[in-house]
Amino acid sequence: MAARLKIPGLPSFRNGVHPPENKDLTSGIPSRRLPFPDEVILPLSQHIGRPAEALVKPGDRVERGDVIAKASGYVSSFVHATASGTVKSIEHWPHPAGAMQPSVRIDVDPHSTQLQRPRLVPHWDEVPAEQLSEEISKAGIVGLGGAAFPMHVKLRPPEDQPVDVLMVNGSECEPYLTSDHRTMLERPEHVHQGIRIVLRALGISRAVIGIEVNKPDAIEIMRETAPTDLDVRVQPLTVKYPQGAEKMLIKAVTGREVPSGKLPASVGALVQNVATTASVAQVFETGQPLIERIITVSGRGIRQPGNWVIPFGTKLSDVIAACGGFTEDASEIVFGGPMMGQSQASLDVPVLKATGGILVLSKSECKRQDILPCIRCGKCIDACPVFLNPQLMGALARVDRFEEMTENNLGDCMLCGCCSFVCPSNIPLSQLFAMSKIQLSRLKAA
Amino acid sequence: MSFKEEKHGVVKITAAPHVRSAESTTRIMWSVVLSLLPVTAASIWFFGPSAVLVIGASVAGCLLTERLFGGQRNSISDGSAMITGLLLGLCLPAGFPLWMAFIGGVFGIGFGKIIFGGLGQNIFNPALLGRAFLQAAFPVAITTWPGPAPDWWVLRGDNFALPFMSPGAADAVTGATPLGNLKFGDDPVATPLLDLLLGTTSGSLGETSALLILLGGIYLAIRGHLNWHIPVSILVSVFAFSGVFYWLGLSPFSPLFMLFSGGLMLGAWYMATDMVTSPVTHTGCWVFGVSIGLLVVIIRIWGGLPEGVMYAILLMNALVPFINRATQPRKFGSPRGKPEPAAEKES
Repeated sequence: MAARLKIPGLPSFRNGVHPPENKDLTSGIPSRRLPFPDEVILPLSQHIGRPAEALVKPGDRVERGDVIAKASGYVSSFVHATASGTVKSIEHWPHPAGAMQPSVRIDVDPHSTQLQRPRLVPHWDEVPAEQLSEEISKAGIVGLGGAAFPMHVKLRPPEDQPVDVLMVNGSECEPYLTSDHRTMLERPEHVHQGIRIVLRALGISRAVIGIEVNKPDAIEIMRETAPTDLDVRVQPLTVKYPQGAEKMLIKAVTGREVPSGKLPASVGALVQNVATTASVAQVFETGQPLIERIITVSGRGIRQPGNWVIPFGTKLSDVIAACGGFTEDASEIVFGGPMMGQSQASLDVPVLKATGGILVLSKSECKRQDILPCIRCGKCIDACPVFLNPQLMGALARVDRFEEMTENNLGDCMLCGCCSFVCPSNIPLSQLFAMSKIQLSRLKAA
Repeated sequence: MSFKEEKHGVVKITAAPHVRSAESTTRIMWSVVLSLLPVTAASIWFFGPSAVLVIGASVAGCLLTERLFGGQRNSISDGSAMITGLLLGLCLPAGFPLWMAFIGGVFGIGFGKIIFGGLGQNIFNPALLGRAFLQAAFPVAITTWPGPAPDWWVLRGDNFALPFMSPGAADAVTGATPLGNLKFGDDPVATPLLDLLLGTTSGSLGETSALLILLGGIYLAIRGHLNWHIPVSILVSVFAFSGVFYWLGLSPFSPLFMLFSGGLMLGAWYMATDMVTSPVTHTGCWVFGVSIGLLVVIIRIWGGLPEGVMYAILLMNALVPFINRATQPRKFGSPRGKPEPAAEKES
């Protein structure tokens, strides 16, 4: 693949890759509401941090939007019932991350109107900033870009690192995914309202919305609906993976590089995904906590690709059935995008807060290729957006020299998968790095 | 309900990323072979059946060694042994005895690659190592350049000489290469540039036509199968250094003559760019290329041999691990040129 010509004048970051976008499978399909399933499975851990603490017991009646588990610490999040019904059990259930996780099973009441209880929410413009972040925490809002980091934690940057710009991430650089794109097209006023609220919570007035130029309609609509009383700017960005990674977005928009091991706040920036800000707006508008989102169901292994509003906890099998089922050559199911998403082994896994996409890839889309020896071509070094040497680290990982990998800045690796993507010998570099990180944390714990 | 029940098939569980670029090592290797075909065809056009025989013998030596000692993986199919055989054959003279060409291939693959652990593990370019071995073992045969032949189908030397017998007297007249002529000839005349470009001159099989090598190299660079930083830095460096020495009156070679004569083009585009034996970073590639260029110029002007590309590349191959270590990429978030102190840690 010859290197693509850079579009002059458009900001970006160095290195990165150009996987086939495949976004036209779903980018033109408006989101529709998935029918409520017979049961929802709500894992207590849908976010980074400590799992939530269950507040319900089997037999309890819950309405849509009720709190069923509370945050068990600062870095934790609330979980809400996403459909009205009866709590069936709290048990270990297959989790998209792999292991079995304690989850609340709710039998959905087929006769319910699925309306939430009226909830009193303060007007966002009249309460102190601290209360805003508390409301956001109570609504169970986490970063919807994929990492699911509890949002209220991000809203309290370290005292010595004041934030001066909110970076709103609409780049959606993962191939196939169009949920952020649809969110911007269908709910631009929510995205902007959310930005307004977050800006108030942070006590600043400047925001930049970064959108890759492969979404010209989104760029246009976000510009048209932008508020005039605030400094909110839409910044078109080069189409390149991983443009949506925090450090890459900040580098592209501000030219600042977040130093290794530091938070974006160290360069005065804070990044929020467009879907996250839209869900913040909803909390203060209708009192609806984070219980559903737009999810892209795509890939050539599913009969009817599309964008769906899906309540969290809906099982994968229900989603697949609603989308017409598998095609003949379906071969792999992925939660998330094809670059960083996770393969699923069971159709029982529930959709989570951070699930931006469900892909069913056909055989031709994810061919298995033989692994050959490294020929030191250096393509991985040219691809790595954080300037690591994956070639060297891959060689170290294969002989278990994990400490030396740390010296080579393994900690900076964000597992974006660029190195694995370009490797002509198909060496599973990012997989090796993910395993090395786990090994290292085990060594540290021991 | 499991995926298996639903699908009546096997579910695939893999680590991210789930999509891969279409690029593959095998494809890179075979497109290098493909890009060498015009040069090979030209060598057959210029040197007749001798070219087919010599290249064939060297390829046979390489493939056989790879098959016998290359391990369990069917490593012939990755194409790298084919490249070694082809390149080795292309840098031999037309009248070279076949058994020697065969031995060169065996040595190049056996001692140049497999002994280090096969593909990707070797330090030196196998084709060049094979040629260096031949140069040391058969110094006369490897510098016997055939002159123009009366007819296309005439053998350009004693290709069928038996092992350990001295080659029979060459039927064709021997002629010096352009470099040798200008350096050691009784009547030094610079070969016209056009002849060097087209290849209508004396020299190794595939080294003569600078134009076709350039075309093949540019094709590979556009496909992204070749790091253009290396040939460009070598050629720029050779041009610059030889220009300086020519201008100072220290060298008989004009910069353009330097660029297009001898094995420089083949070396710069095909030998030095061997991914396994060249640096991994762009900065490293420039250090590597400029050093090769300087060494080539020095050896050509002051060395005991007319040609220095082979030794220049082999020497720099040996230094690649050091170049790699010295040109590691800058850490993201640290100022350019100043690597962040490793000890600094976020508490």
